[in-house]
Amino acid sequence: MLVEVKDIKKYFGLVKANDGITLTFKDGHIYGLLGENGAGKSTLMKILSGYQPPDSGTIFLDGKPILFDSPRSALAQGVGMLYQEPHDMPPFRIIDNYLLGRDDNILLNYRTAERELKEFSTRYGFSLDLDANVQSLSLGERQQLELIRLLAGGAEVLILDEPTTGISSEQKAILFESMRKLAREEGKTLILVSHKLEEVQELCDYAFILRKGKYIGGLDIPCPNEKLVEMMFGQIPPRTERPSFQLEQPVLDVRSVSISTYRLSVKDINLTIRAGEVFGLAGLEGSGQRLLMQTCAGLVRPDSGQIILDGKDITNWSYHKSKAADVAYIAAGRLEEGLVAGLTLTEHVVLARKEHSFFVDWASAKTDTLARIERYQIVGRPDSTADELSGGNQQRLLFGLLEPKLKLILLEHPTRGLDVQSTNYIWDLLYQRRADGTAIMFISPDLDEIIERSDRIAVFSGGVMSRIVDAKTTSAEELGHFIGGQL
Amino acid sequence: MKNKSWGEKIWPIVPILASLGFGASLLVMFGASPGESFSAMWEGAFGNQANTLSVVAFWIPLLLSSAGLLTTFTAGLWNIGIEGQIIMGSIAASWIALKLEGPIFLLITLEILVAMIAGALWAGFVGILKTRGGVHEIFSGLALNNLAIILTNYLISGPWQPPEGGTFRGTAPFQDAALLPRFAESRFAPISLVFVIIAVGVVFVTLRGTSWGLKLKALGKNPRSAFLLGVSSEREAILSLMFCGGLAGLAGAVRVLSWFDSLRQSISGGIGFLALLVVMLASYRILWVPLIAFFFSAVLNGSITLQLRTQLHSSLGGILTAVMVLFVLLFGQGKVLGIGKTKKPPGLDADIPESGR
Repeated sequence: MLVEVKDIKKYFGLVKANDGITLTFKDGHIYGLLGENGAGKSTLMKILSGYQPPDSGTIFLDGKPILFDSPRSALAQGVGMLYQEPHDMPPFRIIDNYLLGRDDNILLNYRTAERELKEFSTRYGFSLDLDANVQSLSLGERQQLELIRLLAGGAEVLILDEPTTGISSEQKAILFESMRKLAREEGKTLILVSHKLEEVQELCDYAFILRKGKYIGGLDIPCPNEKLVEMMFGQIPPRTERPSFQLEQPVLDVRSVSISTYRLSVKDINLTIRAGEVFGLAGLEGSGQRLLMQTCAGLVRPDSGQIILDGKDITNWSYHKSKAADVAYIAAGRLEEGLVAGLTLTEHVVLARKEHSFFVDWASAKTDTLARIERYQIVGRPDSTADELSGGNQQRLLFGLLEPKLKLILLEHPTRGLDVQSTNYIWDLLYQRRADGTAIMFISPDLDEIIERSDRIAVFSGGVMSRIVDAKTTSAEELGHFIGGQL
Repeated sequence: MKNKSWGEKIWPIVPILASLGFGASLLVMFGASPGESFSAMWEGAFGNQANTLSVVAFWIPLLLSSAGLLTTFTAGLWNIGIEGQIIMGSIAASWIALKLEGPIFLLITLEILVAMIAGALWAGFVGILKTRGGVHEIFSGLALNNLAIILTNYLISGPWQPPEGGTFRGTAPFQDAALLPRFAESRFAPISLVFVIIAVGVVFVTLRGTSWGLKLKALGKNPRSAFLLGVSSEREAILSLMFCGGLAGLAGAVRVLSWFDSLRQSISGGIGFLALLVVMLASYRILWVPLIAFFFSAVLNGSITLQLRTQLHSSLGGILTAVMVLFVLLFGQGKVLGIGKTKKPPGLDADIPESGR
């Protein structure tokens, strides 16, 4: 099936997630859709699969303009999407899951379903125990089930969003084999959304590259990785010269730390951050850098290893205990994990204090808040609520709530969604803290920011940390390779 | 703290008017005159001193429970178990009243104290089940409500049955020294009015002026952010439930020591559930709670006279209050109609879909 998307636009507030994207996908081919975080890949694919409507633009299937109002209607017209998180019902049996939403009769036809499931499984080399509960399946098996559901639903176009994250290498081989079969032998149109360059090189015929909501260009695959990296990240301006900062004693010492969640395991991380140092963690979202940061903050327990703060072992300390020991953590979602919508600035200031008196002295709290508003240049009043502030001011408020003396600041996406001026201001605030011997570790999806702001950099890819590089001497290319999994 | 529009301020009255309209049409359907019926209800509530005192006497425990619920609602908890906490308060007060003898001052102090402790502990179970066991407070609350009812029935028909034999209706009347001194021949004990004024005052100050109140507010609005800001969510959740349970226990003591004079089968009379409705109808604003609780008390007491006068069943009062709450939920505290709409936050971050989560 020939798929064309024409001039697709989708804005979220001021953020242009898709800014006039036009692409053509032909049948019998496997396409790679590449781009760094926030490039607009997921948004575009959600539009193409009927999950959300575009603000403007049209989708054509075999030359006919089509309007989807739900994923179900998209599938009915032949477009199916395999999400990163499978959309299945864990407590159900496989066969019930398969029938859900497909068989609308009062009495379910189990016999046909069983036959179909077996047929599909053997055709693509999947191994599914039909009576098993979905709960007991691995992510890869759940993916296989979901693929069969889509194919049985009549999908001619299959979108796979990061399908190899969290599955075993055997399952990956089976998946790739089935994808080749679907394209080459059955003439289906496949779109692989991925960050991993080597997978795209291995599997795809052609790659489209998006950056900041725009279509940058396409390349025949295979091609040199350098070209892909350059198109994904653009030309990164060379790092501006700034005086190097005198680093002091080690503050944070991470010793062979391993962390695992149900979909990612991070193994054997070693790093040391010194007082006054800014340490940048790059990598695609979900590669393990956030897990490491949350482990350092006391929010996630490591499986093994040690975390030493200023000579003290804080490995299994709770978040609140680490906080009391002058570790600060600022998460990415300002209004979800940091500020409380509906509470005023003054109320935030009172809450964030280390000591709480029984009665709140609102008058002095207000004075305190006014001082912080002034110092951190927050556009807001003491009785404004946090959700009334703009993103940049929310970030300033978060900084304004930090204790004056800190040993370690852990930051996720410190300048996400901020304009240039606010970004510079936030970094000025952070640099001021280095003088007090505060160590800073941060995550950013923006390679420019990582190179520009850090002293040293490590890159995560699929739970593995690259060697640590010096920000002054590294290049976007080198980091791009690390991000793509070529460590 | 913020200036509210005029529409926002009077909003709680709108569903009351709407449900009165609905009630009137219901009356017409049954062939009764709405005017006559409402005046019968009015007389039933305020027609004479005895009726008015009855309204007040019913209002007090209802208001005590509602005040307690304000703290749990602020912390984002659904304390459905308040009914059981009231019952446990009644049982504890009855235990002192039946088993101890002494001067009235000592007995009453003990009864009140023990009732509050019993209510707080019963609520503490809910909190511990929630924070340690991961049991949602609605389910544990319902289960503990039933346990409290069963315990009452056991005590009435078993160990605490009256000497002349169990009737399954209640214990023998308590000694006079164990009862709250009542005004005239009514069920209203003036001292309970003092309790309720203190309770509402304490809740008001707690929620407006203490660090603990602020923590509860943060917890209710966004537990994750509150935790990251340093609020110990488990501790505060348990404490707010126990605080509410304490007031519920006090309400139970007032029920058993002044509305009744013995432990009865349905001792709470559904006051806990009613209090949930009161607080929701007041859209969690403390200044409205006493008024709405009083209104509920008047409607429910008035509908008894309604039944005598018009042969309509007294459950009409219950229907009226329930419909009112439905109207409140339906109108979504005004937001549906654009009154007091919250502005969309100018920070955009929340809207950006993320691929990695």
